[in-house]
Amino acid sequence: MKDSHSETPVWHFRTSRQQWALWVGWLALVALFIFCWTLMTSETMWFFVLDAPAQAADLGGRMWPPRWEYLPSLWEPMWDTINIATIGTVAGVLMAIPVAFLAARNTTPSTKILRPIALFVIVTSRSINALIWALLLVAIIGPGILAGMVAIALRSIGFVGKLLYEAIEETDPLQVEAVAATGASRAQTISYGIVPQIMPAFWGISVFRWDINIRESTILGLVGAGGIGLQLQGSLNTLAWGQVSVILLLILATVVVSESISAKMRHAVI
Amino acid sequence: MAGIDTTTYPATWRRPPQIITDRRWRIGIQLAILAYMVLAWNSVEVDWQRVVVGLERGQQFAMGFLQPDFMSRGDAIVRGIIESLTMTLTSTVVGIILSVPIGIGAARNLTPRYVYLVCRSIVAVSRSLQEIIIAIFLVAMFGFGPFAGFLTLSFATIGFLAKLLADDIEEIEPGQADAIRATGASWFQLVNYAIQPQVMPRLIGLSMYRLDINFRESAVIGIVGAGGIGATLNTAIDRYEYDSAGAILLVIIAIVMAAEYASGAIRGRLQ
Repeated sequence: MKDSHSETPVWHFRTSRQQWALWVGWLALVALFIFCWTLMTSETMWFFVLDAPAQAADLGGRMWPPRWEYLPSLWEPMWDTINIATIGTVAGVLMAIPVAFLAARNTTPSTKILRPIALFVIVTSRSINALIWALLLVAIIGPGILAGMVAIALRSIGFVGKLLYEAIEETDPLQVEAVAATGASRAQTISYGIVPQIMPAFWGISVFRWDINIRESTILGLVGAGGIGLQLQGSLNTLAWGQVSVILLLILATVVVSESISAKMRHAVI
Repeated sequence: MAGIDTTTYPATWRRPPQIITDRRWRIGIQLAILAYMVLAWNSVEVDWQRVVVGLERGQQFAMGFLQPDFMSRGDAIVRGIIESLTMTLTSTVVGIILSVPIGIGAARNLTPRYVYLVCRSIVAVSRSLQEIIIAIFLVAMFGFGPFAGFLTLSFATIGFLAKLLADDIEEIEPGQADAIRATGASWFQLVNYAIQPQVMPRLIGLSMYRLDINFRESAVIGIVGAGGIGATLNTAIDRYEYDSAGAILLVIIAIVMAAEYASGAIRGRLQ
């Protein structure tokens, strides 16, 4: 208070109005949090929550030691899982390429009709999780790894399409103009002016998505879409916790390996 | 460039290979990919009769999308959405509160080595486990319902936010930190005046993005019993009620689109 009366005005980071707005904003956030918390926990059985440490200890006791003799029967489901991720990624990327070119402002043939459709495809694919896609596809084409592959592919379109169309929009227009100035057709302009510019981004995005898809394909079996998740589901249902820990360790190892492969490949490309 | 003979100058041009320049390696890798594709495709077993039956269901589902039924399972949908939304907000807030200290701890330029290693390993564990797998365990420990989902999403938020925050802190402008340090500031003052203003806009942007992700995830973890709209969706599909399933999916897509638009607008204003 003394500062405001003194001769030289003191510098403040915010005006008092901004300061008040900030406080009101924080208060609103806290109030909203408390409201949501009470709503969310209204039906929580606190007895179970208090019991959790004992449950955790019990679970840990059953999971240790892992039943290593179960490991050999996991190689085939693991192979399926990797196939789901890889073929799903390839199919997803192939479908995402035209979508990305239709969605990018500088390559789309029509900004009024085709671009909104392409953007809608991207948003739809992105907002539905792979597990939900798998749930639907298992109902439609039956359980098995085909459903998993299609689920991964449909899920990948949005991710790859979005990143790819952003890369297309960021290309250097001068190079495109130079190619167009030679009298090249539209397809030639895209092939020689834009494709070389987005190639590194394209491979980086594809490998990144493959890495994500390996993770996602490990759990698709929970809803019947094949792979190691099927084994996980079976072991959980029969309460064979020793097998569960073997499966989890295998998944963890696969994720770590795929992540390092993807990091190396992206490093080589970009 | 002198002496280009126009008669021998090639009239056609082929784009040189982009990544692997060695011809033998290129062909070898292409063959290996082909072999893998054949092997992988052979492991797919398709029951075409089942597919034919399923296509009819697919048609029903597409119809369900076009004529969604919001009413017959209306109560369950509203309850699921409320559970998902409350779970999303509380877990994001708690996740941010937990990930700020862990993120600061995981920044190499701010903390001693042992703190750095502990925090980085928390981040690594949280990142390498799928939300669904964490949810399975937390449901087994804490019982069914949104509380287990809340814990799952909070834990997953740590891996995402703390990692990006730590990477961001490691890339700050060191000059500003040096300037504050030169005034004799303590460690807390250093974090508050040199680090926090530099990373705050990005932290808020990432938090908005995580809110968006947490909602999407909350729509899934219900499948293993951790509350939210996923449980409702699972039930609807199990009972072949495709019109209700279509309605639920439309609601999820609408909320995700709204969240994406809102977070984009807020992030745009911050930068």
